[in-house]
Amino acid sequence: MSEDNYVFVIPCSGIGKSLGSVGRKAAYKVVEQLRPQHARITCLALLTVGDEETLKKVREHPCITIDGCPSKCAQKNVEVSNGRLVKSLMVTETLRNHKALKPEGIIKLNVEGCQLANLIAQEAAKEVDEAMGLGN
Amino acid sequence: MAVFKERVGIVSCSGEEIPEGTISRIATRLVLEKLRPDETITICLPLFLAGGEGERTFARLFNTITVDGCEKRCAEMGTKKYSGKPYATVTVTDILKEFPDFCLESRDELSPEECKFAEKVAEEIAKKVDEALDRGKTQIRSGES
Repeated sequence: MSEDNYVFVIPCSGIGKSLGSVGRKAAYKVVEQLRPQHARITCLALLTVGDEETLKKVREHPCITIDGCPSKCAQKNVEVSNGRLVKSLMVTETLRNHKALKPEGIIKLNVEGCQLANLIAQEAAKEVDEAMGLGN
Repeated sequence: MAVFKERVGIVSCSGEEIPEGTISRIATRLVLEKLRPDETITICLPLFLAGGEGERTFARLFNTITVDGCEKRCAEMGTKKYSGKPYATVTVTDILKEFPDFCLESRDELSPEECKFAEKVAEEIAKKVDEALDRGKTQIRSGES
């Protein structure tokens, strides 16, 4: 991966809900398996506390957020940090179109939750391609 | 004079970037779900910034234990900055020093060894929960801040 040319995929921390675990799993799928050359993850909490190094990075690189719930913590933290938000994805929106994939578990997601995460990861990977100028 | 039910708030760093952050989250959930389910409550750390004043009262309503993956201590700093001083702090890298031959690798699915380490961190958190409850500091009166 180029040190200078990459997209951030930033999930919400989602400690309290299965939906948050879905978003985080989707983000890992993108940065570790689907687009490891073009995508990175960063700790959302670093934005919350105003870490200078992380603020600089999210202002320089396109950011795709994945939020579990309507509080939209990832999107809002990037926005407040003046980050380059190019796409905001919501787990609940994908769930609306795939109602059978009801996520359960936070420590360990159930199979349906993992399937939902895979769908969101595919969506996020397309957005990474778009942000990198790799789309068809 | 209203008295809140005794509960201890646990705030974990989000820690998505490093394995230690995943240990923080899993250990926190182990306390919430298994070790002290009736005595603990949590809040997503980024909600301090994304949410409103209601979320920021968290550390004033509950004695709070922060759980951080690394020395940047985002949970501790964020809680102090937006909500209030934590009652106690736990940092995974500090506990990891007790196991110099053990190396964390997973950010997503933990290995069986990493799960055992997360359980150890959870036990440390649970001890601090008990301390907080023993001291009876979670009882607050309405209007107190």
